[in-house]
Amino acid sequence: MQFIPNSPLKNKMLKELNYNDINDLFSDIPQKIRIKNLNLPQGRTQQEVEEHMRILAQQNKSFYEMPSFFGGGMKPHYIPAIVKSVISRSEFYTAYTPYQPETSQGFLQAIFEYQSLIAELTGMDVSNASLYDGATAVGEAALMCTRINKRKTFVVPGNISWEKKSILMNYTKGAGIRIKDVAYDKRTGMIDLESLKKTIDTDTAGFYLENPNFFGVFEDRVEEIYSILQKNQSMFVVGIDPISLGICKSPGEYGADIVIGEGKSLGNPLDFGGSTLGIFACRNEFLRQIPGRIIGMTKDQQGKRAFCMTFQTREQHIRREKATSNICTNEGLCMLAAATYLSWLGSKGLYELGMINFNRGQELEKKIISLSGFTTMFKGVHFNEFVIRCPDAKKIHNQLLRHGIQGGLLLEQYYPELTNCMLFGITELHSESSIDRLISHLKEAR
Amino acid sequence: MYRSAVWDEPLLKELEEIKKEHYTPQAVLPTSLQRKTLLDIPDLDETQVIRHFFHLSQMNYGIESGIYPLGSCTMKYNPKICEEVSHWEQFTLLHPLQDDSTTQGILRIMYELEQMLCEITGMDHFTFQPAAGAQGEFTGLLLTRAYHESNKDFIRDEIILPDTSHGTNPASAAMAGYKVIEIPSTTEGTVDVGMLEKVLSEKTACFMLTNPNTLGIFESEIDDIARLVHKAGALLYYDGANMNAIMGKARPGDMGFDIMHLNLHKTFSTPHGGGGPGSGPVGVKKKLERFLPIPWVRKKDDTYYFDYDYPDSIGKVKATYGNVTVVLKAYIYILLMGENGLKEASEIAVLNANYMKKKLVDSNLYELPYRELRKHEFVISCERLLSNKGIRALDVGKRLLDFGLHPPTIYFPLIVKEALMIEPTESESKKDLDIYVDTLLKIAQEDPTMTKSAPHNTAVQRIDEVGAVKNPILTWKTIGHRKN
Repeated sequence: MQFIPNSPLKNKMLKELNYNDINDLFSDIPQKIRIKNLNLPQGRTQQEVEEHMRILAQQNKSFYEMPSFFGGGMKPHYIPAIVKSVISRSEFYTAYTPYQPETSQGFLQAIFEYQSLIAELTGMDVSNASLYDGATAVGEAALMCTRINKRKTFVVPGNISWEKKSILMNYTKGAGIRIKDVAYDKRTGMIDLESLKKTIDTDTAGFYLENPNFFGVFEDRVEEIYSILQKNQSMFVVGIDPISLGICKSPGEYGADIVIGEGKSLGNPLDFGGSTLGIFACRNEFLRQIPGRIIGMTKDQQGKRAFCMTFQTREQHIRREKATSNICTNEGLCMLAAATYLSWLGSKGLYELGMINFNRGQELEKKIISLSGFTTMFKGVHFNEFVIRCPDAKKIHNQLLRHGIQGGLLLEQYYPELTNCMLFGITELHSESSIDRLISHLKEAR
Repeated sequence: MYRSAVWDEPLLKELEEIKKEHYTPQAVLPTSLQRKTLLDIPDLDETQVIRHFFHLSQMNYGIESGIYPLGSCTMKYNPKICEEVSHWEQFTLLHPLQDDSTTQGILRIMYELEQMLCEITGMDHFTFQPAAGAQGEFTGLLLTRAYHESNKDFIRDEIILPDTSHGTNPASAAMAGYKVIEIPSTTEGTVDVGMLEKVLSEKTACFMLTNPNTLGIFESEIDDIARLVHKAGALLYYDGANMNAIMGKARPGDMGFDIMHLNLHKTFSTPHGGGGPGSGPVGVKKKLERFLPIPWVRKKDDTYYFDYDYPDSIGKVKATYGNVTVVLKAYIYILLMGENGLKEASEIAVLNANYMKKKLVDSNLYELPYRELRKHEFVISCERLLSNKGIRALDVGKRLLDFGLHPPTIYFPLIVKEALMIEPTESESKKDLDIYVDTLLKIAQEDPTMTKSAPHNTAVQRIDEVGAVKNPILTWKTIGHRKN
């Protein structure tokens, strides 16, 4: 049998153990529940399986065959070849969590570099070694806020994605946390500050601000938001798009306590939505409340620089039910991809990438609203995503599909007031020809 | 013999910036958001970046470096073909919101893998959303709550688990808002059924169990356990971390478990990635299926589609549909192995474990607490070594590194003193098992000073972990601050 070197030695080894039959090793399983076999096909050769997979792969249309212009978070980005090269080193991808530091120095140092890069990007003091994704990070952040100030209400914008909201409810239910929404300003697409002022009080554990937000709009009144939270001594949690941080001020500079986000865009492909990378960073004073793994720099017996897992007394394998989170396996390899990607880009590359995404976002918006019947919904400055009201969004969506293009995300299903609205998104990866095709088919479709 | 490279590899930040170019950021954003200071991230050439990470990789032990017998972690070989296919553009460049008609291939994979997992485990439905085993447990407990609440049963706020359980079990229970009740194991190393019966009550939401348990012992009284748990109106949860022991031999669904998770990155051979991405699909019996996260992958005629129409669903636990790349690799693995291969994998995993166990125990240098017959893993104790020579489990683990071998899990489960928890998996050859055993025996007999000062042949020697907490350096910034 492939991948099982001892198959031919089965009987010899059994004999050494004084057993006659392999089933003797399973004699502790009661007869009543023992099964003879599984109703599955027999194993196949690698060549057969690869042929089968090729057929299945052909039934998927990749971005290059069918460009998509979805906003709402996940978008494809260019991934330099070096990333695949690094994460394909089997010393990295086949390793376990670095529980034995002396033989895992490579991965440990890579995580330390990642933590440093994320701290720099977000303006925070510390980062963990990753959470599952940006959405579960909101849940973990809410739990952390209540651990810190013992308050039981967490406030979020009314326009975070339904998915994030659902995950947040699931993460906070057990801790008895109440989730409150703040309305968005129908004109700008930003948080409604009056509504925020009314909602935040001294029972508020924390507030989650997304910047840019779900509509792609930058929240530019961050100083006022900060002072509202400050007045009530509530935690300030900011969700970021890391690609924007090359041009955008880091949340640390406007008073964030915890910064989270989806880090998939940093060197990880779309992969039909997974694997993902949860960014989680915060100020030093909250270090002991962080969920998940943290790597520290220290010394070995000889005084040589060394790295190890640290503050482990927060974690489930030591603290069990008193741990700050149940997380164990996180997103190690996605984190490594992000570290490689960021070090390949450097500060200048990140700035340029941010500018390209910002500019392309503005250009595409201009092109679309130059068509009659298409208008911008929100006045706020946006990054690379924006909301457009279309003549007949559903019809347009279907017609674009027929021409091999995925248009924007239909928002009406989540926000009934946003009739015929589409959330578009664009990055450096979209070709000029795919943009031209989108525009010409939008023109026809209306 | 494996030898780690020893690089004095600087931090990225300490590399010389050979391509530093000056630039002035353009002001395009609202002033309150405009970045005014440049990011302090080095501008390096690709040649520098690749060498940096290459050097780091050479100071890291993976399953291709050699045996990696971490107990309860199932470090088996990750077939190359799974990696290769997962890098194909028709999988990597798929947007999660693409129209179903353009993703029939991946939808079919998810649909078929769900059916395969149901067959392997005896459950009725699976969700792929959880990103890892711990998130699977958490999801399972959200389902538990939804189930009891749907029965207007609101007082069940306790989760019972044995003292051999994985650390994630109580942590997940606490996170889901439950009180944790831990029951001690019997002298056989199994669930104390009498004790379980005593603590079960109308307040019990669920009993969480790993079977075989973390000692590698099959809980033979599972029938009684299931009966008692169900009699109390509670649910029975299966932690699937040890599923590699029983594929094709027994199924959690037939044992009476109502909910379970699998770790695709253990049993189904997807790589651990140095700590993820993993995948912890959750399976349930019919009575719980309406609570599963949305969406489901369904099939009508020959078309696959996402179905969100489950009003009783708990909603979502993770973005999109889970770590789909991991799901894809597990699907390929199961096709390669087939019914015969999966069964063979469990048989040889158990054979290998018992083979090592016998040799080690026969030596009288290590002890085997609790029952003799083990499944895919076993736990021996270094207590005798400690009292005779002052050698602890930690020392033995570190000394193994000197011989180019990865240590087993140590100090777990907590009920075994000075524990070495060994899970060889089916991927190791008899020769490699012999070398590992012989090395453990050699370590037990050598001059203890060598053992206590180990490791000597690794990139770094024993690490000051206490210092890492006392004087935390967690980013480049901290080092910078210190210099100033």
